[in-house]
Amino acid sequence: MASLKERSIEIFNWFERRLGLFGPSIEAAEHEVPSNTSSWWYVFGSAATIILVLQVMTGILLALVYAPSASNAWLSLEFLDHNVKLGWFLRAMHGWGSDFMVAIVLIHLAQVFLFGAYKFPRELTWIVGVFLLLMTLGMAFTGQVLRFDQDAYWGLGIGASIVSRVPWIGGPLVDFMLGGPIIAGPTLSRFFTLHVFVIPGILLALVGLHLLMVLRLGINDWPMPGRLVNKKTYMQDYHKLAHETGIPFVPDAAWKDAVFAAAIMLAIMACALWFGPFGPTGQPDPTIIETAPKPDFAFLWIYAVLAYLPPSLETPVLFIAPVVGIGVMLLLPLVSGEGEKHWSRRPVAVLMVAVIAVTLGAFTRLGMYTPWSPIMNAWTSDSIPPAYLKGRTPLEREGALVLQNKQCRNCHSIGGAGGLRGPALDTVSSHMTEDQIIRQVLQGGGNMPAYGNALNPSETTALVHFLIALRSGNLSPAVDASRKLVLTTEQPQPSKPTPAGGS
Amino acid sequence: MITSDPPASNAQGVDPGPVANVKGAGHTRRVFLFKLSLALNGIVGAVLAVPILGYLFGPALKKKSSENFWIDLGPIANFPDGETRLVNFRNPITTSWDGQTGDIPCWVRHMSGDNFQVFAINCAHLGCPVRWFAQSKLFMCPCHGGAYYEDGSRASGPPERGLFVYDHKISAGNLMISAGKMPTLAARNCTRPPLTQIQTASTSTSPAADVSKSRDSSWPA
Repeated sequence: MASLKERSIEIFNWFERRLGLFGPSIEAAEHEVPSNTSSWWYVFGSAATIILVLQVMTGILLALVYAPSASNAWLSLEFLDHNVKLGWFLRAMHGWGSDFMVAIVLIHLAQVFLFGAYKFPRELTWIVGVFLLLMTLGMAFTGQVLRFDQDAYWGLGIGASIVSRVPWIGGPLVDFMLGGPIIAGPTLSRFFTLHVFVIPGILLALVGLHLLMVLRLGINDWPMPGRLVNKKTYMQDYHKLAHETGIPFVPDAAWKDAVFAAAIMLAIMACALWFGPFGPTGQPDPTIIETAPKPDFAFLWIYAVLAYLPPSLETPVLFIAPVVGIGVMLLLPLVSGEGEKHWSRRPVAVLMVAVIAVTLGAFTRLGMYTPWSPIMNAWTSDSIPPAYLKGRTPLEREGALVLQNKQCRNCHSIGGAGGLRGPALDTVSSHMTEDQIIRQVLQGGGNMPAYGNALNPSETTALVHFLIALRSGNLSPAVDASRKLVLTTEQPQPSKPTPAGGS
Repeated sequence: MITSDPPASNAQGVDPGPVANVKGAGHTRRVFLFKLSLALNGIVGAVLAVPILGYLFGPALKKKSSENFWIDLGPIANFPDGETRLVNFRNPITTSWDGQTGDIPCWVRHMSGDNFQVFAINCAHLGCPVRWFAQSKLFMCPCHGGAYYEDGSRASGPPERGLFVYDHKISAGNLMISAGKMPTLAARNCTRPPLTQIQTASTSTSPAADVSKSRDSSWPA
């Protein structure tokens, strides 16, 4: 037995003398880190790396079956889901892995920001990290395109429409993005190249650089209020700390990373098993227009922002906001590379994270139920509550028919059913007079189209009578204040003149 | 690392004699050859870049005029007066692996006689497919709620302008449209008048175009 052991060591040494990799690797794994960095807050970076490995593995496996051509991509996904053994599970793992990766990268970013880890000497590590975030989002978007279904097709349309707004070079940029005059075969091939070769290549190289810098500069020590970063003394202090309180990264600190990575893997597997793969939704056939395209989770907030921006602001915001946002993130460590690291002494930083998180969360939530979109089939699928029709005059009932037939329900709800684009109509007559409703219906205004061309006078009368009749007992009707004034001014003037106010 | 740049006098090739015994100091010729080889590779790289960039940016450098063709949408008898109908056509430029993505829908509005308007399916906001509602005489977009009147002019919502309009003509009783490219706002930036803009349609369908123009201005954002 001893000879077998000796023999093994000999073989190992034969390789090691030629490769010289094991020694430095073990040294790197066992390098000393300040003991205060062995924390559950320091596990997100390694978790993101592990998910990246999962994505590469599942991605390669999916590529064994996926057909990257516009005519067959959708069919090959259906084939993966239904005909290939466990194909659905691999697709689900890759899809959920993508969502988890975006989430973990964002959490990692927030943690690193709140712990001041971007300050001297780790400025470049942060800057590379910003590019890693962009690459991750790039993978998420191109991956959504490869799931070549209706959402992918119209998502490309949205992308092309955004790109077309770039001043001066918008047109050629659209052609460059689509690879041809329309969204078709060459477009999918381009995004396949991006998703499988270009972005992963850059991503893996940058991850290597990012990790190399973490090893070279040491992991960020746990921030202490009042312990300021000074470029002259920081390295010395850090080495002293690492020397005095140092523990070997493997195994003393790394076990937490390993446990968290395992938990994340289990969570991805659980989601994949429980919820299954994403789509594909309908086939990428542009002639099927009965569709309501929506981007994947990570981009819902952009979808929502695009619904709420006023038309005149949209193009400037689309192109200035990302440049400013990314620019600020890249410049952050260069501008504020020294000073306080602890979150309790950086209220603005904490506030920013909170505001950005709440904003993204709110827009994402809105993107999930799209209150700005008309519900295209509400006029035929949502009926008028019977209570609203009881005891109505024939004219009012005719108005209810007009309300349905003219698709008012697509944007307005009644009895809680219908679109949310415009206000609910149940109590509209408590805040609009008959004249105001007629004007609004015929001329439109705000976000409402004018229906003057689509309604004849009798339809308008019926519709308005029905809307007025809807107001339930407790609410008083809207009154025209000016009518009252006209009536009172027709009365004899009071003898006492009203004094001019204030000044 | 100690810089191995030779002193300036050596680079000029003036008598390296006294320092020739110092390692690396006498390599003026090698340094020169190395720099020459770098320059050579620079030239090779530049030459190589021409086909690579030409290939990569080929789709963007294509002449716009080569992308639109007259497409037959069928006899005008297929489009009853006063109706707006969805028509599909095969894009004139396709590859055999485009599959269904090569089929493009459009909305044909027959006003009366020879008066037609042909709208792109793509919302002028972000390109989603608009749907026609004959009862309320509106096109509605499912994405962000853009709405257009029956003549394609903007009614409400986030679009900045009316629907994109294809140029059309009637030839031997058939309705033809000029199409081939996905309509986007960038068409506005072209030097050649784009085929997808409402204004250019005035040559063929002046009454409708005038209506839409005046409607555009009377319904500001």
